[in-house]
Amino acid sequence: MNILIVGVGGQGTLLASRILGNLAAVSGYDCKLNEVHGMAQRGGSVVTHVKMADKVFSPVIAEGDADFILGFEILEAFRYRHFLKKGGTIIVNIQEIMPMPVVIGAAEYPKNLAEILKSENNAAAVDAYSLALSAGNVKTVNTVILGYFAKKAGIPYADMEKALGLSVKPKLLDINKTALKYGYALD
Amino acid sequence: MRELMLGNAAIARGAYEAGVKVATAYPGTPSTEITEIISGYEEVYSEWSPNEKVAFEAALGASMAGARALVCMKHVGLNVAADPLFTASYTGVGGGLVAVVADDPGMFSSQNEQDTRFYARAAHVPIIEPSDSAEAKDFTKLAFELSEKYDTPVILRTTTRLAHGQSFVKIEPRTERELVTYVKNPAKYVMMPSNAKLRHIVVERRMDKLADDCGELSINGIEYNDKKLGIVCSGIVYQYVKEAYPSASVLKLGMVYPLPLKLIRDFAANVGEVIVIEELEPFIENQLKANGIACRGKEIFSKQGELSVNIIKKAFFGASMPESEGDIRLPARPPVLCAGCPHRGVFYVLNKLRTTVCGDIGCYTLGAMPPLNAVDSVVCMGAGIGMAHGFLKASPQTKNIVAVIGDSTFIHSGITGLIDSVYNKSGTTVIILDNSTTGMTGHQNHPATGKTIREEDTVRVDIEAICRACGVRRVVTIAADDLVGLERAVKEETSIEETSVIIARKPCELIVKGQKKPYRIIEKNCKRCRACLKIGCPAISCTDGKMVIKSEMCVGCGLCEKLCGFGAIGVMEANELL
Repeated sequence: MNILIVGVGGQGTLLASRILGNLAAVSGYDCKLNEVHGMAQRGGSVVTHVKMADKVFSPVIAEGDADFILGFEILEAFRYRHFLKKGGTIIVNIQEIMPMPVVIGAAEYPKNLAEILKSENNAAAVDAYSLALSAGNVKTVNTVILGYFAKKAGIPYADMEKALGLSVKPKLLDINKTALKYGYALD
Repeated sequence: MRELMLGNAAIARGAYEAGVKVATAYPGTPSTEITEIISGYEEVYSEWSPNEKVAFEAALGASMAGARALVCMKHVGLNVAADPLFTASYTGVGGGLVAVVADDPGMFSSQNEQDTRFYARAAHVPIIEPSDSAEAKDFTKLAFELSEKYDTPVILRTTTRLAHGQSFVKIEPRTERELVTYVKNPAKYVMMPSNAKLRHIVVERRMDKLADDCGELSINGIEYNDKKLGIVCSGIVYQYVKEAYPSASVLKLGMVYPLPLKLIRDFAANVGEVIVIEELEPFIENQLKANGIACRGKEIFSKQGELSVNIIKKAFFGASMPESEGDIRLPARPPVLCAGCPHRGVFYVLNKLRTTVCGDIGCYTLGAMPPLNAVDSVVCMGAGIGMAHGFLKASPQTKNIVAVIGDSTFIHSGITGLIDSVYNKSGTTVIILDNSTTGMTGHQNHPATGKTIREEDTVRVDIEAICRACGVRRVVTIAADDLVGLERAVKEETSIEETSVIIARKPCELIVKGQKKPYRIIEKNCKRCRACLKIGCPAISCTDGKMVIKSEMCVGCGLCEKLCGFGAIGVMEANELL
């Protein structure tokens, strides 16, 4: 299974990939992750590749080969939708973060991207921000999205919770478990 | 025990298991994590050196003393460390000496796309290249063995995808090693001409021997499949090839210099056609051709950027690649200075004054981006000062020009440029952006922070005192968020004839993590003049014509408040907070 995580630097995509890496470990799969550090992280567009299978070669998901795209932000989900495999699933967090060219008026944030993703890519939308807020911490947006992903991907909740336990600090575990449940409870 | 590990973590682990005693580095993406992780191993001495040259020399000294030593850098760091490398090739080693050099094809975080493999050939040292984290660990250990067996420094080359990719690694215990006893040996370590001439003979013999032996190394191997086509590759490209073309025969090179020519000839004789697939330059391909082995490579694959599974599939099978949307224009999302970044105010002032800015390498390179648009040049670590000096020599009538450099970069290679400006009287104005850390690479200490890699207290190198000792009489220190003071200082210092330094000081927002209250727009006062958007703060945006400050992103630095002429920005009251 190939999962592409896209978002904006600072949204917690790296933790999400670490949880998925641990999911691969508890599920007994081979796994490779690839992420971007350094300059690109400074509020830029960030992409993390997660691949799990019996044997993984390339650590990078090829365009058109992602089973899932987890879009932490609408524009970024749209930007990378060509990575989706035919019949793959996009989960898009309904959140808009204005990139600098939009902020300074050099470009416009395109309208209706989420609608296009829904109609053309059968994307599943989630308001992870609100759910994270009601789970008790807006920083759990990533865990909410992973909960929803686990449901869509048919991953047993217990496996996901185990992977979560291996990935987050003990004092943040309860709040993340709540966020995971909220995501998993979505249709 | 099986553990998911970053390539860089695996190299650190490999060095640890190999019994490394000394590890040195200057931070540089994508190599930084190696030394950060090593600093967590009690048994290993590690340090952030002032620059890669010193780091290399320190590692060489440790090797001479008989210890296994590791030095890590990014590709451009090797330009700085090239001087000791070329002669360390002649001296050889005491304990094993391994230099990890991280290339950045695709330039995720670099100013050029240079190919480190040429350094290995030019300096006559072997270079090996792992293809995943497990190999990164194993190759690191092998590199130390090769270094000691052949009395040579060894380069372990990585690329961004390997360094920042994670895959499973099997953890093994550390093997402690006694120091190789140091015996005074000028013929080996004193490289004056009479000795060096003799050592050069040793170097050439060593490389011949390695070339003969390396076909037997397990890191070079053939996987025969369909013999119509034989692909020669190394490093991360091997992984792309295995996914893109599983039925091809593959010669995987762990060592790319010197090459196992006999093995390659056997392979070429057994396959219909040889194709070399490598990122960046035709390094392997040209060696094959020079040795009369027919092959193709760069006539098919680009010298620019990264390769990928789809690029390889397209080359062989003509498969079309899905591309991003052409019909909807998507705004780019370039990296930006963080909310609360202390550099922002400086670039705002420089842009306002239309100053020519010879910039440098660090977070503050982003001062070149809109809307700040303040930087005129960025070349390499320390280049800004030398370039501003040269600019003024060519065009002395230019007054409004400054060099801008960070604190860590100043220590790395800004000091010699400053001395040039003083000594040769160009009257350059240098602004040192002192945010008390090495920012872009993720907050490493350096000599002017007064802390070691392990956060232990040490002597703090005093930047003001260095500037004065270099002969700069005018050294002004200003808070980086004092816009009025900065503007006055820049005008004053650029107008006078002698070399001067302005130190704009405020710690990086990401280390101090200010818990100040966020700001908000006072709607009734806002005239929609957009002045607050001119500083490029990611927390401020314009939504449906209205200015908005995102409270969850705002760190309360207050820079925007200083720019607003209408009192329309103020601190959020307690009852407005979520």
